[in-house]
Order: sequence, then C-alpha cells, then structure tokens
Amino acid sequence: MTPEFMTSATFPASPPENRSWTRYFGFNTDAKVIGIQYIVTAFFFFLIGGLLAMIIRGELITPAADLVDRTVYNGIYTMHGTIMLFLFIFPVLNGLNNLLIPTMIGAPDMAFPRLNAVAFWLVPIFGSLLIASFFVPGGPAYSGWWSYPPVSIQNPLGHFVNGQGLWLTAVALSGVSSIMGAVNFVTTILRMRAPGMGFFRMPVFCWTALAAQSLQLIGLPALTGGAVMLLMDLSFGTSFYQAEGGGDPVLYQHFFWFYSHPAVYVIILPVFGIFSELFPVYSRKPLFGYVYVSLASFIIVGLGLIVWVHHFFTSGVPQWMRNLFMVNTMLISVPTGVKVFAWLGTIWRGKLRLTTPMLFCLGGLFNFVFAGITGVMLATVPVDIHVSNTYFVVGHFHYVIYGAAVMGIFAAIYHWFPKFTGRMPYEGLGKLHFLLTFVGANLNFLPMHPLGLMGMPRRVSSYDPEFAFWNVLASLGAFLLGVSIIPFLLNMVSAWVRGPKAPHNPWNAIGLEWLLPSPPPEDNFGEHVPTVISRPYGYGTGEPLVENQAEIERQLTLQEASA
Amino acid sequence: MTATTGQPATGEHPNHNLTGFIIFLCSESVIFLAFFSGFALLKTSALNWLPAGVDGLEWRMPLINTVVLVSSSGTIWLAERCMAKGNLPGFRAFWLLTMALGAYFLYGQAVEWGGLQFGFTSGVFGGTFYLLTGFHGLHVATGVFLMGLMLVKSFIPQNYAGGEQGVQATSLFWHFVDVIWIILFVLIYVWQRS
Repeated sequence: MTPEFMTSATFPASPPENRSWTRYFGFNTDAKVIGIQYIVTAFFFFLIGGLLAMIIRGELITPAADLVDRTVYNGIYTMHGTIMLFLFIFPVLNGLNNLLIPTMIGAPDMAFPRLNAVAFWLVPIFGSLLIASFFVPGGPAYSGWWSYPPVSIQNPLGHFVNGQGLWLTAVALSGVSSIMGAVNFVTTILRMRAPGMGFFRMPVFCWTALAAQSLQLIGLPALTGGAVMLLMDLSFGTSFYQAEGGGDPVLYQHFFWFYSHPAVYVIILPVFGIFSELFPVYSRKPLFGYVYVSLASFIIVGLGLIVWVHHFFTSGVPQWMRNLFMVNTMLISVPTGVKVFAWLGTIWRGKLRLTTPMLFCLGGLFNFVFAGITGVMLATVPVDIHVSNTYFVVGHFHYVIYGAAVMGIFAAIYHWFPKFTGRMPYEGLGKLHFLLTFVGANLNFLPMHPLGLMGMPRRVSSYDPEFAFWNVLASLGAFLLGVSIIPFLLNMVSAWVRGPKAPHNPWNAIGLEWLLPSPPPEDNFGEHVPTVISRPYGYGTGEPLVENQAEIERQLTLQEASA
Repeated sequence: MTATTGQPATGEHPNHNLTGFIIFLCSESVIFLAFFSGFALLKTSALNWLPAGVDGLEWRMPLINTVVLVSSSGTIWLAERCMAKGNLPGFRAFWLLTMALGAYFLYGQAVEWGGLQFGFTSGVFGGTFYLLTGFHGLHVATGVFLMGLMLVKSFIPQNYAGGEQGVQATSLFWHFVDVIWIILFVLIYVWQRS
C-alpha cells in the first residue's frame, strides 16, 4: 500500500460523472450497469414466461381442453420453457455474475467490457425474435423446449420463416451470447484477482461461476452443432435426423442433452455459490468445509458431463448405456451431498438471523433436498421408464429450477440489492414475498409427483377426471406464485426510488464487495485494490480479510457520515 | 501493485486477449468434436452409406490440399519468428505466403465441390460431407481474413514494435484449423469403407 493511500481523505474515489439513470438504456461497458440491465431484462421476460404458465395452469384446472386450442397449448408450453430458460434464468444469472465477480475479486471491470456489452444486447435481440414467432403464420414452435425431431422438422404450412426456424435461430444466438459471456467470466476470474487472492482465497460464488461457465464452454458448442443440423433438416432438405433418409433422430437427443443436462448445473452451481455466501453471513460462522465445497463444484462439472443419456432411457438406447449413465447420475449426489452437509454444518448452532435473504436460502435448500431425492429416484432406470414423460419429471424439474434456483436468485437479489443500488429493500414486503413463493411453489409442484406416479402425461391440455384433484391444487399454487411477484416488484421499484440509504455493509458481511461504497464507483477499487491476507468467511474469528481493513472501513464510515 | 490489478478502468485489457482467445478456441473445438462424433455414429450405423451412383471420394486432390495447408502452418511459424526478431518485411513476406496457401486451399476445395456427383441433400453421406468440409472451409476463410487484417495493421508505424497479440492469436487459430483438417481428412477421405 502506498503512503498516498493512507492519507487520502477522498478514498475511495468519489463517484464519477455519468451516474444518470439513462445509462441503463444504452450501450454501456460498466459491468455493474450491464449486470442490472441483464437482471431487469430477465425479469421482463420472466413476466411473459409466467403469464404463459398461468395460461397452462388455467387450462389444467379442469380436465377438458376448454381454455385454449390444443395447438396453441403446444406452442404455449414450448415457449414457457424456452423463455424461462434462455431468457430468464441464464440472463439473470449472468446479471449476478456481472455484478458480483468483478467486485468480489477486486477487479475494476470484466476482462472484455465491450464484448460483455455485446453479449448483453444480444439478449433483447433474440428475445424479440422468439416473441415475434407468436405472429408468424403457423404460430410459435410447438415441439417442446427440447425440439426433438421428427416433430421439430415438420413444416406443415411450408413457410420458410416459421416458428420452429425462429426458435432455432434464437437458441443459436443465445448460445453465441452465452459463449461470449463465458469467455469473459472465465478470463476475468483467472486473470484479474486482487493481490493475495489465490484460488483458495476466492469466494465460493466465484468458484461456482468458474465451474458453471466452464460447462457452458464445453457443452454449448455441441448444442449449437446439433441445432445447425436440425435447421438444415427443417429448412434445407438434409436428413441428418430423418430415419427415412438414413439419419438418426436419437443423435439429436445426444447433442441436445450433452448440453442441456450440464445446463442444469450451469443454473444450479451459481445458486450453490449463493447459498455458500449467504449461510455464513446470516449464521455468523465460517463456511463449513470451504475447500471441499469449492472442489465439489468441479467434481460436479466432471460428472455432469457424463450423465446426459438419463434423459432418454426410453429412446431405444442400449442397456449398457442405461446402466452406465444410471450409475454416473447417482454419483453426482455425492459432491452435491457434500455441499448440503457443509451448509447444514454452517447453520448448525449458528447465530441465525432470519432476514429475507436467509429465509429464501433456507427455503431454497429445503426444496433442493426434496428435488435431490426425486432426482435419485429418476436416475434409477426402472423408475425412470415408469414415470418417463409424466408430471413426475415436470415436478422434479420445477423443484430444482423454481424451488431451489429461483429462490436462491431471489435471496441473492435481496442480499446484494443495497450494495448495487445504494438503497435498502423493505423487510416486510420481502418476507411476504418469501411466504407466498415458498407456499406457492410447494403447492404448485408437489401435486405433480402423485400425478406423475398415477400416470398423467406431460404436455397434454385435457386429462382423465381422476387426475382433477391434484391438478386443482397445483393450479392454485401456480396462481399463488403469480401473486407472489407483486410484492417483489413493488419492493424493488419503491426501494430503489425512495428506500432508506444503504451503508457500505448493512449485513455485517465479509468480502471485498463490502469494502466498497454502496453503490460502488465505476472502476470499483480503482488503483487501490486491497491485498487479501486470509480465506473468506472469517465470521466470528476476528481475522481481517485484507491489509489495512480497519482503515478502509473507517474511511467508508466517515464518508457515509459526511454524505 | 501487481500487473494484474493496475489496469485502466475502461477499455479492453490487452494482456488478457490471448487468454480469452485460447478459451474460445477450446470451446470452438467442441463443435467440431460434435460434428465428428455425429459423422462417425451416422456412418457406422448406416445401411447404405453411399448414395446410388457414387462409389467413394477421390482423395488425390484433397491430399494436395492437405499438404498445402500443413505447410502453411510452417510458413506462419516462420512469419512469427521474423516478427520476434523485429524483421517486419520478412514477417510480411511469410505472412503473405501463408495467406496465398490458405487461398489456394479454398480454391482447391471449391474445385473439388464443383466436380462432385452428389449434393447437400443426397442422404446423410452428402449432408455430413458438405457440412464438415463447409464448416471447416468457413474457418479457413476466417483465418485468411484475419491474416489480411493483421497484415494491414502491420503498416501502422510502431504498431508491432513490442510484438502483437493479434498476430499470435491468428497464428494459433491457423494451427487449430490445420489440426482440424487433418482429423477431417482421415475421417472423410482415408476412412472410406464402412
């Protein structure tokens, strides 16, 4: 540290000039602006995807197909899945990556700021393309979010521009955007860490982001290759996947799931990171087994790449393949279990503070454990064959994605909201949001399990009246989830506009990002990056994280007092 | 303050470009891996691999092309060595030679395509052939374009005085395209019997 820093009364640098709200609507290269752009865009599409979910559950509240036309229904569930995955969950996680990675490792920005902005602006572009497919002749894609041939290579109306073609183009652009993002995140984490921050002093969120983005780099190109071949079959008359032309439809399933299974880990790994960051803060204890939690992420990456066939045990794959992939899939529960035990060990006898972020974490963990149990059931070949393509699979999947991942994302938003907006969110609204989400999610997704075991197939708009009871419950849960978004949006907007001013460290958390003012200046630490001298999560140990920590905190407090 | 943290706050951080590019190339190789494994799977499981009237691929001309492409990996290495020694005219000469070899490869590929008896839609055989060679050809064309860009940049005074990451990245990309071609040549032209 330079003596100049020690005496500098203006440290950290005063906020730069362009802090106008208009910067969120243009091409901006600041990762903190891009992060918020990602998150707000993602929630815009979340509302569209959610509206489609409401239509689906509205249709399913009665056994008869009486709300929408069957073909329209096919389009609606296809678009619901596609929007929620490619336009909500990946963008919202990239938003968190943009906000958290540079501030957590003490970098001024991402490694490639312009590439970062381009990657973001692709999202509204392919998003519009996907939404536009509602208005082309024949409507949007209707072959499910996985677009299996031969259904996905039908083009009954014969138009060159059709819903399925637009779907494939949008997914390809989404892949380009994700690859740009992944190259950027990996380079930033590998090359731009603060002095003293070795890999084993890095926050777990950065470990999980590194693991998840590595998966993107390995998996996405396979999907892109497979999607290009599908587009050729659909639009240019080749027969890669058409059995009558010598092709193989199962080949597409390999390509698709080689990426789309790891994609689930791309989603859940950062959420594991969020759990690992938040449980120590709100339990006032160091993260239990930090090294094992960090390394488990990469074991999950390795195993996650060799389980994809469990998605199509029923597609005529050889028995040896079924056995192999069943065992691999079950093995994944070992590194995942290590993490769950580490979180329990962290909470155990901690000084718990049940704030909104902590409640979302606890709820998310509860749902995740349940999803893990049904996951091991599904990995078992005989069980899987019995419940394949039923609501059991839909229930399992939504417990992972909504019950665990989305709840973890909400936890992260409430936790880091003060840091990046400079305002405190309201606890009352937050707790109401948690209650509605937790009850709604369980009421919505738990009944899907008995439905699946009874044999109700997914992707149907009418069903036998014997399934009515559980479907009514599920629909009521879904409507509760629909309502749950109101206190969230109300909280975010009103807190940002006129919430109480946030201090630099409202939760008394440990981490480089909490040694910055709220909101941080454009170049974060600028020239004064602190030197990291210990592992993260030193709660209750009294050990400082960085050199001169007391001085940095004193300066920040003085600055807040004078503001 | 170490080199990793004293970065300016805005604009690209030039010393990370190569890292980013290498990560991108690793990722890009998986697309080819997907195409190669798809090709192998379709070929081994096919009942009638060759379309009616086609009895295999002519390999002599592609072999000449292979020699051209492999030697261009050598010339680009020589160009880089010249640059490292500060010999800019030597760099330009070998760089231009590499571009010429790349262009010749593309020409050879086009001639081969022109003389074939089957098309893109002639079953899986035609589809995979044109997909693999076409996708690889696209990479060769990209490589030649990037080399052109670097050549133009070399005329900016003092631009390459301290070495140039763009040149390193382009060269890396060219070796990558070369390795992919060797695998592709073995898969498509050497492994003809099903």
